[in-house]
Amino acid sequence: MTATLLLWSIFLAQILLVAAMACATFRVLRGPRAQDRVLGLDTLYVNATMLLLTFGIRTGSTLYFEAALIIALLGFVATAALAKFLMRGEVIE
Amino acid sequence: MTHLADLPVWAAIPVALLLLLGASLALIGSIGFVRLRSFYERVHAPTLGTTMGIGSVLLASMLCFTVLQSRLVLHEILIAVFMIVTTPITLMLLARAALYRDRSEGSDDVPAAPPVQTGAPSAQDTAPPV
Repeated sequence: MTATLLLWSIFLAQILLVAAMACATFRVLRGPRAQDRVLGLDTLYVNATMLLLTFGIRTGSTLYFEAALIIALLGFVATAALAKFLMRGEVIE
Repeated sequence: MTHLADLPVWAAIPVALLLLLGASLALIGSIGFVRLRSFYERVHAPTLGTTMGIGSVLLASMLCFTVLQSRLVLHEILIAVFMIVTTPITLMLLARAALYRDRSEGSDDVPAAPPVQTGAPSAQDTAPPV
């Protein structure tokens, strides 16, 4: 019974997260300016981190946690570098 | 899916509720991110997912693995601390970059940069020019 409850709630949560990722992708593709696209990328990787965590709960393995941690790390570096690029026109001065 | 059947009911219900809460918050934030009009309004919407959304999902993951493995599993705190530290930094950098770009284009939607005061004693009180 608990397995059924958990499977359905994980499935529903994954659908909600994929819908959230679709909204962020829409903003990346359609954003009126460059900063909207960068913010969309930021939202996209946060949602992807959550989706990987739900996969980890579903399969019971900790491998997904490490993938989520790497996505969070690389996403922060990418967003910071892109914001720096938008401000200065170059990443490393 | 044998490991999910091992979870007792008192742990399964909070895990399910926390997962649904986190995913709903992420979806609400992303819908706001699509629907709001200006960039400075849009900056605020995804923080719903990056604070409490990911916090709820991490709490669900911690509870699930702690009960399943009968020991304290806390490595999800790494992601939580990392998100708490990095989200304000990235959003501040992005908002500053957007403000700089709007000002350099002479847009009327953003307030003008405060005048730069050189040598005046009250220079410490005003905000530094961006």
